[in-house]
Amino acid sequence: MSTQHVTTTPVAAPGPGGPRPPVSAPRRRRPLRARLRRRPNLLAGVLATIWLILVAGPLYYMISSSLRSRSDYLSGNPLAPPSSPTLENYWTVLEGGFTRYLFNNVVVTVATVLIVVGLAVPAAYAIARSTSRLVQRGFTLLLAGLAIPAQATIIPVYLLITRMNLYDSLTAIILPTAAFALPVGTLVLTNSLRDVPRELYEAQAIDGAGAFRVLRHLVLPLARPAIVTVVIFTSLTAWNGFLFPLVLTQSESTRVLTLGLWNFQGQFGTNVPALLAAVTLSVLPIFVVYLIGRRFLLSGLTAGFGK
Amino acid sequence: MSHTAHHRPSALYALPAFGFFALFAALPMVLVVYLSFTSWGGLGLPEPNGLQNWSRLLNDEAALASMWRTALFTALAWAAQTPIALLIGVWAAGRQRNRAVLSSLFFLPLLLSTAAIALLWQALLDPNFGITQAGPLGGILFLGDPAIALYTVVFVITWQYVPFHTLLYQGAARTIPASLYDSATLDGAGRFKQFWHITLPQLRYTIITSSILMVVGTLTTFETVLILTGGGPGTATRIAPLHMYITGFSGFEMGYASTIAVLLVVFGTGLSLLVMRISRFRSMSSQQEGL
Repeated sequence: MSTQHVTTTPVAAPGPGGPRPPVSAPRRRRPLRARLRRRPNLLAGVLATIWLILVAGPLYYMISSSLRSRSDYLSGNPLAPPSSPTLENYWTVLEGGFTRYLFNNVVVTVATVLIVVGLAVPAAYAIARSTSRLVQRGFTLLLAGLAIPAQATIIPVYLLITRMNLYDSLTAIILPTAAFALPVGTLVLTNSLRDVPRELYEAQAIDGAGAFRVLRHLVLPLARPAIVTVVIFTSLTAWNGFLFPLVLTQSESTRVLTLGLWNFQGQFGTNVPALLAAVTLSVLPIFVVYLIGRRFLLSGLTAGFGK
Repeated sequence: MSHTAHHRPSALYALPAFGFFALFAALPMVLVVYLSFTSWGGLGLPEPNGLQNWSRLLNDEAALASMWRTALFTALAWAAQTPIALLIGVWAAGRQRNRAVLSSLFFLPLLLSTAAIALLWQALLDPNFGITQAGPLGGILFLGDPAIALYTVVFVITWQYVPFHTLLYQGAARTIPASLYDSATLDGAGRFKQFWHITLPQLRYTIITSSILMVVGTLTTFETVLILTGGGPGTATRIAPLHMYITGFSGFEMGYASTIAVLLVVFGTGLSLLVMRISRFRSMSSQQEGL
């Protein structure tokens, strides 16, 4: 079966972790490199430590403050660990509409990912294999889209969405978010499909497979690593999206997490521990993904810009 | 040719993606130019008003000031982020175990949304209850002092975006052939010389990519500033994209706001092309040196 052959073919995932040339230095040079390495790089070490403090400090503050009682926050040393850790702030947040925002976020993220993958996979297949000039022109247009800053288009997008009577709906957020994630997604998938040896396609053609069967039995299995990258990139964009929800929705029923956080700031007033509990909760799902698949997540983040 | 043609996917496979992108991303890009020649309050249809918006922009001191502020903001953000991302990226490219563990911490800000980052730093920098209470920085109004606020925003933006660019540099630094360093070591070149003569030239395309992404991104981003300061105190942090947002969505002058959007895109594209042209010229001369 050709599909068995297909799944065992390694395909290099695109992105920064991608092709790593094997260290091919002749043996006798090794000791020299080792000697150089043993001398510690002080400057870099100091810089890395400073950056570590700058990154870890605020995150520590975020979590430790979210576990403080309000009086502890108002009177205690902001950097000391909470005197009597409490989860009450998390309950305040969960009762304050957070679950609704979370649900909206999940809907927006899942729908955006489905649209992007559903459109980009067949498009990338056509771009990699079709000889049609229309397809190649379209691809050029799509690549130009990589350079369009979403912020510059919010006014016409608002015009389009209100004309389509979609204002203040989750659909209003999903459509432009997906459209702006589409160029990167298509680029990543196209690159991975162009790496597929031509013989594999030709074998399918000899078997008499039509284009759709090739898509299902050859393209989908081979593109799986690239699809994972696209899913992660798109999910993060949609999950953390702020701009389109900001200008395209207004009521509480359509509020997503990022806008919800901003809204909490007004709602909780000086209750900063509760606000930071909400911020922590909003990061939690992505953090779990990070723990499970750091490599995939990081390659998804720089998707398309790796090289 | 005709034998294999029907095994190839037809253009129909790509058209839904192209159509979707054209409607919700490419069309808005065209429309924003059209809107800059109209008057539109957000309701009804835009009404063409010729060059009124553009001539108004030329005499609008608030808008022009926001443009200069954006130029300064972008330059500062580039100058702050590039060396940090480059150095940490090269450092994190090393295969040592401690580096791998530390760099997994370095990338954590990437997981936070813009809203989360801005709200976190706002809490941290709160003059009454924030981190400034604890240390020697007490009493400094990081976000409330007009003379400091813009630099504080640059700092937060740097914190937010350095990890992404670090990732780019880390990936690129790992593809530099080890043999280049080996022969340099044999020649007696020290670490600094190796960095200057091998690492930097080898990373030139990454520096270009990263810089373009940074410049175009910083020119148009306003979400962090909107949450952190709302453009204040006064107009100290009102950069042009934020000015566009406020003009359009608070002042309901969407036609006029589009003018600023067009200008920002023109500047962004122009700068990218300039960077690419200069760097292509440079890379040709350095390739002749055999690097």
